[in-house]
Amino acid sequence: MLSSEKIKEVKEFAIKIRIETIKAIGNLGFGHIGGAMSIADTIAVLYDAVMKYDPKNPNWEDRDYLICSKGHAGPSIYSALALKGFFPIEELMTLNKPGTHLPSHCDRNLTTGIDMTTGSLGQGSSLAVGVALGNRCCGRKNTTYLILGDGEMQEGQVWEAVLYAAQQKLSNLIVFVDYNKKQLDGYTADINDLGDLKSKFEAFNWFAQEVDGHNVSEIYEAVENAKKQNEKPSAIILHTVKGKGCSFAENELYNHHMTVSRQQMEEALNVLLNELGRR
Amino acid sequence: MSAVLANMRVKEDKEMRNVYCETLMELSEENNKIVVLDADLMNSMGMTKYANKYPERTFNVGIQEANMVGIAAGLSATGLVPFAHSFGPFATRRCFDQLFLSCGYAKLNVRIVGSDPGVTAAYNGGTHMPFEDMGILRNIPNITILEPVDSVMLKDIIKQTSNMYGLFYIRLLRKNAVKIYEDSSTFEIGKGITLKDGRDVTIIATGIMVDDALKASDELEKTGISARVVNIFTLKPIDKELIIKCAKETGAIVTAENHSVINGLYSAVSEVIAESTLVPVEKVGVMDEFGEVGPLDYLKQRFKLTPESIVEKVKKVLKRKNS
Repeated sequence: MLSSEKIKEVKEFAIKIRIETIKAIGNLGFGHIGGAMSIADTIAVLYDAVMKYDPKNPNWEDRDYLICSKGHAGPSIYSALALKGFFPIEELMTLNKPGTHLPSHCDRNLTTGIDMTTGSLGQGSSLAVGVALGNRCCGRKNTTYLILGDGEMQEGQVWEAVLYAAQQKLSNLIVFVDYNKKQLDGYTADINDLGDLKSKFEAFNWFAQEVDGHNVSEIYEAVENAKKQNEKPSAIILHTVKGKGCSFAENELYNHHMTVSRQQMEEALNVLLNELGRR
Repeated sequence: MSAVLANMRVKEDKEMRNVYCETLMELSEENNKIVVLDADLMNSMGMTKYANKYPERTFNVGIQEANMVGIAAGLSATGLVPFAHSFGPFATRRCFDQLFLSCGYAKLNVRIVGSDPGVTAAYNGGTHMPFEDMGILRNIPNITILEPVDSVMLKDIIKQTSNMYGLFYIRLLRKNAVKIYEDSSTFEIGKGITLKDGRDVTIIATGIMVDDALKASDELEKTGISARVVNIFTLKPIDKELIIKCAKETGAIVTAENHSVINGLYSAVSEVIAESTLVPVEKVGVMDEFGEVGPLDYLKQRFKLTPESIVEKVKKVLKRKNS
């Protein structure tokens, strides 16, 4: 269990991730704001309380791996990486600019600390299974974390990977589903409903849990429970709000990719800075 | 590289799949990073011996080619050296996006083995008959595309690629090949091999068409035509230097491939010719058609993949050359 001090720290880290991400996207004037915000609290838990890594040695073999299959959430991971010292924080302002190391979708060859190239939805699932299998094959005692978007679970490849991860009893694989209930064209329930994801994972012989994806203690506890599994891969369904914590995005229906005016950015940053100041 | 044409070009005793399996077993003794994947075709590929000896390094994912390719890429990200097999069409067109992004764009280290190329899919018919596999994959930047012609070359190529980094496609005849190379031969990836010299025309061939090209050359010799025979076994990166040399020295080219002429060997050779020495090029290959079911001999006739077709195209190209 996290101490109250640590909970406070992780919550602040999540706010900082949101601040840096909104600055980077706002600086450019457009970007994938919705999904970057909904996953921010999980990224904060992973980088501040869960994952083994070394910013000075990003390719350390025994590190925990993070594969963000919803590659468009890259900007919130870049913020976490910069805040943790993988690269200078100023670099965040180069997001999507010519020659940048920070592209809209995650790229293992461009960004220090990014473990896998993703962007074509669904593909991160198999890649993560491969990484988890490979690490087990090499006798490493690390964990592979995979972040899936809810919309991308409409891709058949995800379920291929889910099936085989259970077959291989990949207990070193922990999957988060960012169940924010929306995809680019609207609500997932209106387009191709994903329904009860926990039951679906359980039917595939996974250990599955559901948590409030904006509650850092709940996320942390779920990871602890998952790590106790010896025979099954784990899924943590994060009930989230797309655009969470970003004043101009949270209440918009179509907030997958948005244009951001300077005024909107400043208002959103003020809200978050005030929240940080109150802590 | 020192590749020598075999004295006797006869059907080999051992099937290519068995050579593939034995080579991987040998290599795995010394290289504990090699891992093998399949999508429910391990028995067809003769890989059960490998799976029994190295169960911890064998991953049969079931009928999930896209997942297999992604898993192979993921395994390579942890330092392992994967060889992933399925039948050619399923190993390529079924999972092109995974090959393109998860392997190629991500710069990971994966060997894809697509078996039963072109008409050799025979009784499995049109659904299983890849005339487009190499053509699709040629679009992936930096991929290496290889088509070993016999077991000597296969063994050498498997060994070499196990020590190289990148995305490789190995187009593999599963059954018995015709022996083309002496046992002592070694090969350089990216370099073609002149199997027989000639002055009037160059026949550039790949895969099962190499034997037919040599037969055609012998036939042409009887009529006073001196046809050089070159085996291009690396479709990408293609041996530009050798193609240009042949164009300059013989002034005419005929390509021969068990693949669609669109985006296969004919296209690749023509691209080199178009930007260098303009000489007439003719082609033997599948003319923008789907496959169909039948025995190999029938299919070779049906799609005009024969020594006779090569002879005919040589005569045609020589008319163009001399006009």
